[in-house]
Amino acid sequence: MSILIYAESREGMFKKSVFELASYAAAVAKMMNSQAIALVTGNPGQEEMKKLGNYGISKILSFYDESVKVFDSAICCQVIEAVVKKENCPLVIFQHNNTGKALAPRLSARLKAGLVTAVISLPESTKPFIVTKKVYTAKAFARVAIKTQVKILTLSQNSYMLTESKTDPAIEQFSIQLDKSQLKISVKEVQLLTGKILLTDAEIVVSGGRGMRGPENWQPIIDLAEALGAATACSRPVSDEGWRPHTEHVGQTGKIIAPNLYIACGISGAIQHMGGVGSAKVVVAINKDKDAPIFEIADYGIVGDVFKVLPELISAVKEHKAK
Amino acid sequence: MKILVCISHVPDTTTKIKFIDGKSLDTAGVQWIINPWDELALTRALELKESSNGLIDHVSVITVGGPDTEPTIRKALAIGADSAIRVNAAAGDTFFVAYQVAEAIKNSGFDIILAGIDSCDFNGSSFGSMLGEFLSITSVSSVSGVNFNGNDISVDREIDGGKEILSCPVPFVAIVQKGITKEPRIPSMRGIMTARTKPLAVVEPVACEALTEFLSFELPKHKASCRMVDPENVKELVELLRNEAKVI
Ligand SMILES: Cc1cc2nc3c(=O)[nH]c(=O)nc-3n(C[C@H](O)[C@H](O)[C@H](O)COP(=O)(O)OP(=O)(O)OC[C@H]3O[C@@H](n4cnc5c(N)ncnc54)[C@H](O)[C@@H]3O)c2cc1C
Ligand SMILES: Nc1ncnc2c1ncn2[C@@H]1O[C@H](COP(=O)(O)O)[C@@H](O)[C@H]1O
Repeated sequence: MSILIYAESREGMFKKSVFELASYAAAVAKMMNSQAIALVTGNPGQEEMKKLGNYGISKILSFYDESVKVFDSAICCQVIEAVVKKENCPLVIFQHNNTGKALAPRLSARLKAGLVTAVISLPESTKPFIVTKKVYTAKAFARVAIKTQVKILTLSQNSYMLTESKTDPAIEQFSIQLDKSQLKISVKEVQLLTGKILLTDAEIVVSGGRGMRGPENWQPIIDLAEALGAATACSRPVSDEGWRPHTEHVGQTGKIIAPNLYIACGISGAIQHMGGVGSAKVVVAINKDKDAPIFEIADYGIVGDVFKVLPELISAVKEHKAK
Repeated sequence: MKILVCISHVPDTTTKIKFIDGKSLDTAGVQWIINPWDELALTRALELKESSNGLIDHVSVITVGGPDTEPTIRKALAIGADSAIRVNAAAGDTFFVAYQVAEAIKNSGFDIILAGIDSCDFNGSSFGSMLGEFLSITSVSSVSGVNFNGNDISVDREIDGGKEILSCPVPFVAIVQKGITKEPRIPSMRGIMTARTKPLAVVEPVACEALTEFLSFELPKHKASCRMVDPENVKELVELLRNEAKVI
């Protein structure tokens, strides 16, 4: 009996969020007197795989087949199902990202295993199995019980601390005969944006709203982000107006992010905006209107003109970094 | 070809969420809407139909919900859907809902099925992939475009740092998100008139047990109040972020 995580690798590497997932699974395994194991399908190499051992993973199953290169949820679920059966897993945990959202529900339907997505903390009990998740676009939480023997979760980004616990995981090659007739899609073209910190990965995000008044005024946002090693983002009207690319739009109808630090410049803090950034650990707001709703959810605030405050903030950050 | 758009009936996104005894949503004064993603999906379905030279001849919507969801369905008809199905059951967990939709449509021959990435009530982000599995067809998630490519359909899938253009034979479920179309359509006067007479089939649910149960709800604890920094002393903010919040 082992608790399984799906450890996604990109270009041969695990992101920090995979180690968070491993830490979480190891903690749940302790609660259930079990152990945590990982399935890896991306072929990241022995050394990278061993890193999962730093966060309590005791065994790694590595699966590789050309057909998993085209990410198809039905094909991947064949592999995960086979592992669940072989290792007799009572619980499978994914990240709550594009990949997890594609796989976990498909697996749930396949195994008739109850699924709770966007879980934010350890189960309050494992018998009955009860977890807390975000609902109503992060405006509330719900306690949800899973009633089936096999259970599936997706873990919200940035909701569990990295926890080191050294193990020396065995790495096993796993193989099954795939039913490739299910693979219908093919990739015709890939369009990549390069050289930028991915917004959904960024630990720090600097974001601008309508208060920036126009695309020609964006340099301070870019400079502050550069000084902090941050990604840049914006509110919806800003991307609707074409001031910034759509990929930067955060909020309920854009990207949902959970950085450690979110700096909102000239953003009023509309409820739909906060739906996308409400999980940030620390929010800083710079706004000239002291009654702007953003100050109700910010941890630190400056009431002032962005065009005066930002240049000073940039030099203060640079000074701090130079120390 | 026929398109089906799966619609979820949810509280308006500006709703101030409150609960009765922590057990159920206080629906007093709540405005109900078509889930924003589903509204965009419907809009895209209609655009495809109109630009398809007759290749796509029907756009249908489906919802699992009680009679109280009918105004939401009528709105979808007013926007331009040709017909609607309502599975007459309170929406339980997503497993239940997706199973009901699969059973209701399995012999209906829909070629393209559109669902949203997330519904703004329970934020399951799971319906579309479950439906794909129940119907044993491809499901593609993170879809930001569905386009004609001659008589073929291509699907844009967002990935970390970019996107993939997929060729995807029908039938499939596309789980749509930002980018699928620009603005949701609003009902026209004529649309509202004709919606009343468009077919809305009510079907009874099949037996299926929910696998999860919502036990209770709570609101987030209020943040300790915002700490204000003097705009004349911006350095202090950097100090606080470094020494107190420890985030830089
Ligand atoms: C269904 C739906 C979904 C939506 N989804 C999203 C979403 O995903 N993301 C999103 O962001 N929005 C979304 N919105 C829009 C949202 O309701 C707000 O309209 C939007 O977030 C406002 O953007 P803003 O804060 O940039 O602009 P505004 O609300 O106009 O705020 C600008 C702020 O800048 C301040 N300001 C102006 N000049 C200065 C200055 N010189 N210095 C300092 N401060 C200044 C002002 O005081 C004001 O607070 C959605 C709306 C709907 C109906
Ligand atoms: N009761 C329902 N009836 C029909 N479709 C639904 C229902 N609930 C959710 N959906 C679809 O599933 C999508 C995502 O919902 P969810 O997985 O619940 O977050 C929505 O955007 C709808 O397309």
